[in-house]
Amino acid sequence: MRYRLRIEVSLKPGHSDPEGETTARLLKELGYKVERVNVSKVYRVLLETETREEAEEKAEEMCKRLLANPTKDNYMIVIEEER
Amino acid sequence: MKREEIKVCILRVGGTNCDAETRRAFQELGVQAEVVHVNDVVKRRSLLEFNALVFPGGFSYGDYVRAGAIWAKWMLAKLGGELKTFVEENRPILGICNGFQVLVETGLLPGFDGISPYPEAALATNLPPGYNCRWVYLRHENNGKCVFTRKIPKGKVLRMPVAHSEGRFMFAKEKEKRLLERLYENDQLVFRYCHRNGDYANGSFPTNPNGSFHDIAGICNPEGTIFGLMPHPERAFYWWQQPDWTRQQWMPQYGDGKLIFESLIDYLIEKF
Repeated sequence: MRYRLRIEVSLKPGHSDPEGETTARLLKELGYKVERVNVSKVYRVLLETETREEAEEKAEEMCKRLLANPTKDNYMIVIEEER
Repeated sequence: MKREEIKVCILRVGGTNCDAETRRAFQELGVQAEVVHVNDVVKRRSLLEFNALVFPGGFSYGDYVRAGAIWAKWMLAKLGGELKTFVEENRPILGICNGFQVLVETGLLPGFDGISPYPEAALATNLPPGYNCRWVYLRHENNGKCVFTRKIPKGKVLRMPVAHSEGRFMFAKEKEKRLLERLYENDQLVFRYCHRNGDYANGSFPTNPNGSFHDIAGICNPEGTIFGLMPHPERAFYWWQQPDWTRQQWMPQYGDGKLIFESLIDYLIEKF
C-alpha cells in the first residue's frame, strides 16, 4: 500500500527561532499586527509499506534518524492513504 | 610513528569547500594528507588505512535538513563499522565548521557515553540570524585532555575566523546545566569565544558571533581524540591569512591555527 506522509518538524517551545523572529519583525513593518511567527519544515513523503502501522513506525524512525534533532526539534506525523 | 609516515584523510562530499586549505596545512607540516571522496572510501574500504580523519568545512549536501545531518547519517549508514573501529582505536577525528556539525549529528560529539544513537547537542541557527563571517578570539579552556590543543597553554587567547550560519551550540534546555557540568567534569570544553584580553564574551555579539550557549566554540569527546570547532584553523595557518597583516610591523610566519595541526601530529608521533 502507498501512504502519503506529512512530517512537520518544528522547534521545541522555548527555543529561539531567529528565522521566525526576523519574519515577524518584517510582517510588523508591513503593517500586520503579528504577535509571533514560528517557522517549521514540512516533508511530504510517499512511502510503500504493507500496513498503516508499519508506515507510522517507519515515519517515526525517519524523524529520529534524520529529520529531527531531539535537542531542539519536535515533530508531527500525519498519514494519509494514497488514492 | 615517524612524521612522514602519518596519513591524514580529508573527506570530501558535494558541498565541502575547505578541503584544499586543510590538506595544505597538513602538508606544510610534513605529513601525508589526501583529499578523498567518501564514495572512494566506501568503494576501497580504505578508512582504516589512515591515522587521522578530518571532516572539513563547507556546506555538505547543501545544508539540507540541518547543516551536517545528511553527511552524518550517510557516514553511519555506509561506514559506521569502520568509523566505530577508528574511534575505539583512539585515532583522532577533527571536524571544522560543517565538520563539527557532522560530528554532533553522528553522535560522536559530545559523546558523553560513547557514540550516542541520537544527537545530544545541536548547532542551531545563529542568533542574531544570518551568515556570519568574521575573525574572533578564542580562549583555550582545556586542561590537557584534548589531543588537538596539547601544545596550547590553558587560558591562551587565539585568533581565527568563523564563517557559518548554523553555529549556535546548544543542549536541550531542560538538560543544559547538567550537561555543561559533564563537559567540565570530563575536560571536554576546548574553546570559548572571548574578547581580545581573554574575558569571556558572555553571549555578547559579535564577540560571541552566533549566540552559542556558554560561549562554546569547540568541544572534544571524553577521550580527547575527537574534536569539533566552528572557527577555521586552516584559515589562520599562515601569517598572511590574518586580516591586519599589512598593518603589522612584524608578524610570525604562522597564525594560531597551526597549533591545532601541530598538536595533532605530535599526538600521532607519540601514540602510534
